[in-house]
Amino acid sequence: MPTLLRDLRDILVSLKLTVLLIVFSIVLILAATIDQVNLGIWAVQEKYFHTFVVFWKVGNVSLAVFPGGYTIGGLLLLNLLGAHFYRFKLTWRKVGIWLAHAGLILLLVGQLLTGLWQDEFQLRLDQGQSKNYAESYRNVELVLTDTTDPKFDEVVAIPEKPLARLETVQHPKLPFRVAVKTYFPNATLAMRGPMQPADPSAPATQGVGPQVLATLQPLTYKEDERNIPAAYIELIGPDGSLGTWLVSPLLDEPQRFAFAGRNWKIALRFVRSYQPYTLTLLKFSHDRYAGTDIPKNFSSRIRLTTPDGRDDRDVLIYMNNPLRYAGMTFYQAGFENNDQTTVLQVVRNPSWLIPYIACALMTVGLLIQFGIHLTGFFARRRVVAA
Amino acid sequence: MKRFLPLSILILAILAIAATLLPPRNPGEYDLAAFSRLPTLVNGRIKPLDTVARTSLLMLQGRQRITAPNDRAITPTEWLLDVLYRPEVANAYPTFEIDNPDVLALLNLTAEDGFGVGKNRFTFDKIRKGLPELERQSKLADAVESAVRTPFQKAVIQLREAIVLYQSLQVSLLPPNDDHYLEQLATFNATVPAGLAAVAAQHSGKAPDMEAAKVILSLSDTAATLESLGYLRVIPPQTRPTDPMGWGNAGAALRQSLDHGKLDPALAFYAQLGLAWRGYQPANFNSLVHDYRAGLDRSIPSLMSKCDTEARFNSAEPFYTSMMIYVVAFLVAVFSWLKWPDELGRAAFRLVLLAWILATVGIGIRMWLEGRPPVTNLYSSALFVGWVAVALCLVLERLYRNAIGSVTAGLVGFSTLLIAHHLALGGDTLEMMRAVLDSNFWLATHVVTVTVGYAATFLAGFLALLYVIRGVFTKSLDKATADSLARMVYGIVCFATLFSFVGTVLGGIWADQSWGRFWGWDPKENGALIIVLWNALILHARWGGLVKQRGLMNLAIFGNIVTSWSWFGVNMLGVGLHSYGFMDAAFWWLLAFVASQVVLILVGSLPLAKWRSFSGAAA
Repeated sequence: MPTLLRDLRDILVSLKLTVLLIVFSIVLILAATIDQVNLGIWAVQEKYFHTFVVFWKVGNVSLAVFPGGYTIGGLLLLNLLGAHFYRFKLTWRKVGIWLAHAGLILLLVGQLLTGLWQDEFQLRLDQGQSKNYAESYRNVELVLTDTTDPKFDEVVAIPEKPLARLETVQHPKLPFRVAVKTYFPNATLAMRGPMQPADPSAPATQGVGPQVLATLQPLTYKEDERNIPAAYIELIGPDGSLGTWLVSPLLDEPQRFAFAGRNWKIALRFVRSYQPYTLTLLKFSHDRYAGTDIPKNFSSRIRLTTPDGRDDRDVLIYMNNPLRYAGMTFYQAGFENNDQTTVLQVVRNPSWLIPYIACALMTVGLLIQFGIHLTGFFARRRVVAA
Repeated sequence: MKRFLPLSILILAILAIAATLLPPRNPGEYDLAAFSRLPTLVNGRIKPLDTVARTSLLMLQGRQRITAPNDRAITPTEWLLDVLYRPEVANAYPTFEIDNPDVLALLNLTAEDGFGVGKNRFTFDKIRKGLPELERQSKLADAVESAVRTPFQKAVIQLREAIVLYQSLQVSLLPPNDDHYLEQLATFNATVPAGLAAVAAQHSGKAPDMEAAKVILSLSDTAATLESLGYLRVIPPQTRPTDPMGWGNAGAALRQSLDHGKLDPALAFYAQLGLAWRGYQPANFNSLVHDYRAGLDRSIPSLMSKCDTEARFNSAEPFYTSMMIYVVAFLVAVFSWLKWPDELGRAAFRLVLLAWILATVGIGIRMWLEGRPPVTNLYSSALFVGWVAVALCLVLERLYRNAIGSVTAGLVGFSTLLIAHHLALGGDTLEMMRAVLDSNFWLATHVVTVTVGYAATFLAGFLALLYVIRGVFTKSLDKATADSLARMVYGIVCFATLFSFVGTVLGGIWADQSWGRFWGWDPKENGALIIVLWNALILHARWGGLVKQRGLMNLAIFGNIVTSWSWFGVNMLGVGLHSYGFMDAAFWWLLAFVASQVVLILVGSLPLAKWRSFSGAAA
């Protein structure tokens, strides 16, 4: 083996690299923790952990300042695997370390899979309301629905990315092109005063657009707020423009129009994940401690039904007691609307069991390892005393 | 003489503890102690009035002691009675601590208006004139996000909250500016039925007795005021009195009494008690309290025994006594390095054991009162960190018998109890647990384990401090002591790694159970993870031979910084799901602590030739 490669291998499997990587991860986590004050928890995860390199903006230039979570985690994984391959012998005295490290490898892999596979949604239910879908908390989609046939809807959904890039989208099922004129990542809507010439003219010409004005807002990172986008969408048929629509999730109802003999709906909404079952909120309860406003418990009594009638039962979701059903987990996340609306967090994480196994392995490994230390220590003491 | 030294020191300490356990004595003829054990519902928990008096004083003026303007010391209970029944007297007590000079200027106060050593305690009478301006300023400050408030704005809001607390205490039993209320209640059962009849007559169009109806009208007004403003819920419900939901304040009880035409017995008691207290009738006061108490003993015996225990616990102040014994133990143990190592060492060990047992009893009583595992908030985490660290020290001292365990125990025990003492200024430390935390299973597993991890990491750091200080500044660190310290630090770091890891993992599992993600990069989670990583780093650096004894010590000292950051620092960020801290003043203490640890690491990094213990050996 060439010397350079061997040197490289020696560095890769060395304990020095382990210690260095631990130092790097501590610095990374510390910086990410402090930056949460500015960025909020989601942006921080993207900036520091789900990345190979951490960039900092200095003026207008993005500088690569530090290895990101993927780099450090990946190197740690290589270091660990390499060390076991080249340095460690599998002996009974080392079984604790082997177990702990195996658990750590599993944990790192599990975190990677979680980052790749985990989906989070929200489900808002008013008292008595039924839904068979959950909504994304952050991602929106532009939805064009052909409602001509009363038996079914034909839906074309355009994800957020082409909207944000102001692209013009063409789709075989749409008899028109979709041109994004303006996209606000976060906006508020206000009624336009009809008799006030001071108001700027709205770019929208169709639907509710002419009466409503969207105003760009700064992005929010607060945990209790979310960004609600808005967009001006022009639809262009073969013979020219159909007009411009203002769309936003803040508009409750989709806007309808007819074109080429077919009926259409257009709406910007949070991405939906449809489920093969329906949840109905029977009752949301908000218990407080006697004589105070300190919350004691939040709970939602929910009716769970499937179309095939196989499941038709009441479930109670409350703090520290989620509902796990069909690969999804429903947690009590909040409430709105004077205790009339419940907010459930819906998580799909196929790799949720991995951390449990990994941590069990590591715990047992550490117990064995330190147990060996401890018995060795007492054995030596007995020898000294004797 | 030195043969009897350990025993006599121990006996003295036991006597000191016994003295605190004596039942509290009444300073005058009033049976204040019996009154202080009466129950009330405040902040969701049924507790003795004694706790209310003490915690209110802590919140208002940072200590339980209060001195009347004529230099007479008054007990918290006496203060509470005056606040409740004799507002004109209570308003002349220096109840409010105000330190911010801008706030003093705002209220037109100078040091001459103040009482106490610092001239920083003021009476309500002095503050009263400035209340409208204070209200205006606190409205301005309210609009500012709490993280970016100036010290002046924080002080304004703090004082406003203190005044709100004081005033709502004052309208617990008596309406403001009403001299006839207590007399009205005294004749309630005679006048109210007639009044109700008069009101009924008025409604059916007959000629009413206007005088009798007026009584009802004025009492209804009073009931509405007291019900909306009153702080203490002292009235137990007539049915199912053990359920805290039914406990109401005096206003609610008055409203119900008016509905039924019959005065609620508990409300009647508090009215008569007010007449006795206002009329300076100690005999009457005492017999009223005893009769009312006898009734409660029949209806809610288990609640009353809890209230008795809590009041006794308050007056015994076991953590304060324990803190003092830790100081003595520390001094005795340090002396044992200079003279009589065996006798003084044994004495120190016993003192530590005694203080630890006392703290154990204290923590146990808190757990019983609350029905919770030991750690429920920042205050109890400080108690528990000290308890665990001292327990480990006791083990180390049993194994090594070189007084290092006792010295460290004294140091850690004292500092953690001091921290706890300052954390208690926020009010009652037996709080109700907010919804997501309301899980004894997770509190008992995750929170306890992770706190044990904190304690062990701190202990390793403090042992390392001893190594550096003794090594650099004294000649007492011989090879054997240095080696034994290194073994202790190494062992404790292993212990800390295990517990902080398991605790953090359990936290992840809890998060997965309640929020749906095993790991959310929440600041408190990150803090715990950094402790795990730091301990792992120490072990790997040691195993890899990257550090020797001295490097191990410096790394362990840095562990103090890491742990204090995770324990307190992240709470000051004010973000995340764990941000329940209340930690402004503590920020500077944290900085000072971190700075001191950095200095000691620098000292520990001096070349070995500069270490007094090692230079001789080298020469």
